[in-house]
Amino acid sequence: MARAITTKQKMMWTVLAWAFGLLMFFPILWTFLTSFKTESTAIADPPVWFFFDWTLENYTAVQERSNYPKALMNSIIISVGSTILGILIAVPAAWSMAFVPGKRTKDVLLWMLSTKMLPAVGVLYPLVLLAKWLGVMDSRILLVVVLMLINLPIIVWMLYTYFKEIPGEILEASRMDGADLRSEILYVLTPMALPGIASTVLLNIILAWNEAFWTILLTTVNAAPLTAFIASFSAPEGLFYAKLSAASMMAIAPILIMGWFSQKQLVRGLTFGAVK
Amino acid sequence: MATAHSKSAARWMIAPAVFVLLVWMLVPLCMTLYFSFADYRPLRGTFEPWIGFDNYVRFFSSSAFLSAVGTTLWMVTGILSITIIGGVLMALLLDRPIFGQGIVRILVIAPFFVMPTVSALVWKNMFFNVDNGLFSYLFKGLGMQPYDFLSQAPLFSIVVIVAWQWLPFATLILLTAVQSLDSEQLEASEMDGAPALSRFRFIILPHLSRAITVVILIQTIFLLSIFAEIFVTTNGAFGTRTLTYLVYQRVLESQNVGLGSAGGIVAVILANIIAIFLMRIVGKNLDS
Repeated sequence: MARAITTKQKMMWTVLAWAFGLLMFFPILWTFLTSFKTESTAIADPPVWFFFDWTLENYTAVQERSNYPKALMNSIIISVGSTILGILIAVPAAWSMAFVPGKRTKDVLLWMLSTKMLPAVGVLYPLVLLAKWLGVMDSRILLVVVLMLINLPIIVWMLYTYFKEIPGEILEASRMDGADLRSEILYVLTPMALPGIASTVLLNIILAWNEAFWTILLTTVNAAPLTAFIASFSAPEGLFYAKLSAASMMAIAPILIMGWFSQKQLVRGLTFGAVK
Repeated sequence: MATAHSKSAARWMIAPAVFVLLVWMLVPLCMTLYFSFADYRPLRGTFEPWIGFDNYVRFFSSSAFLSAVGTTLWMVTGILSITIIGGVLMALLLDRPIFGQGIVRILVIAPFFVMPTVSALVWKNMFFNVDNGLFSYLFKGLGMQPYDFLSQAPLFSIVVIVAWQWLPFATLILLTAVQSLDSEQLEASEMDGAPALSRFRFIILPHLSRAITVVILIQTIFLLSIFAEIFVTTNGAFGTRTLTYLVYQRVLESQNVGLGSAGGIVAVILANIIAIFLMRIVGKNLDS
């Protein structure tokens, strides 16, 4: 039974919650508004809120002036590429751990997680050295591989928890009916596993999109994704707030939308099942 | 039951994941370990493969190390306190029956999806900037002197930026935990006339303790490697050089690979100590 609550109380909590929500969201809202201002309106004193001549000039300026399209392309290729590669490696592993668990399955899972805890800075120089030695420094393939490796533990883990929820009896039934391993995977498991795989893909694209250690340090020009592109704005050139805002909005908008869809998966994916 | 056939197939299916992670973990880590015992400065062409523990001694005894440890501790503790306290309050607030709960939730969670370089630059320029930042207008409007956040309180400023990014994470996880609370127990205590504060102290907080521990451990691991936020705001100046940043500077900026590698190994050991606790909790949950 729900606790009896008066409308007045509900209104009070609503106002408070909305106030906090808007406070948290405010920097994004402000960036959004600023991106439609002219540079001089962007720094007007006192600040201008909603009533100004909305303009799209910053968005066109950012796309024309710099290598934004290239950075966007790199971000897409790197985040999607590393996620697909990770899924290809992780699905078989998670499948076998969930359905054919051995004595050491738990240890393997925990060990995989522990590799995620390795601080990036501890392997920074060897990676730079290896990349130069292999001639792949500042290439998309390098970032696809590196981001796949740092997110692989999360991918395996998420898939494992999703696969675990598929009832084993269905598998046994299909085996009784004489299904071999291949058709078992293809016709029984895949349809049931697809939603879990989709959520995993979504969360990992977000994580890879926002990764800002390796993407900054392993790229210079050719493979630099949006994280590095935005970082190049840290040396300001005159009036640039509106353009910075436009570039920022373009970099975060797609992920913001994906993120809103993946709230629930976030808890599962980043707490490794420790919070339910 | 699984057949012997499917068991051996299962081995082969795990193999690629285990193999790539093993290579990923071992090869660079062994190289770092190797360099940490060498005098390796590529810019000067120096390579002396074995100098014993000199790098570790130098790293530990340098004033930069101690101040980096201090900075790291302040930063992590500051962010953790804000996100945990704020997260518990937000989670309790969002758990209330309110109008437009879904939208408020979306507003609160949004900062987590903003890429670190964007949030750092937006805060740095549009909020903290002493000439044109929003805070300066606010201060002037209140009749106070504008305050140059990033040069006068750089550590605090970075704490604010990162806490803004991680508060949604804490809120989301704590909210999940709050929602699993047995509401009958709460109602019973309410009927018995327990005041709100003691309900929080004796029922809600104990229930949340595990989720809070998990949030602390996971955040600590991520917060120890904060990089982009420092990179685009202060670049490690004004006492904002954390351990991670110090190692980065030694390795890539001053190209003292030996010394930096020793620092890298120290960072790995520190992170592992925290990881052990996290693993224990996760492992226990696997059994149940």
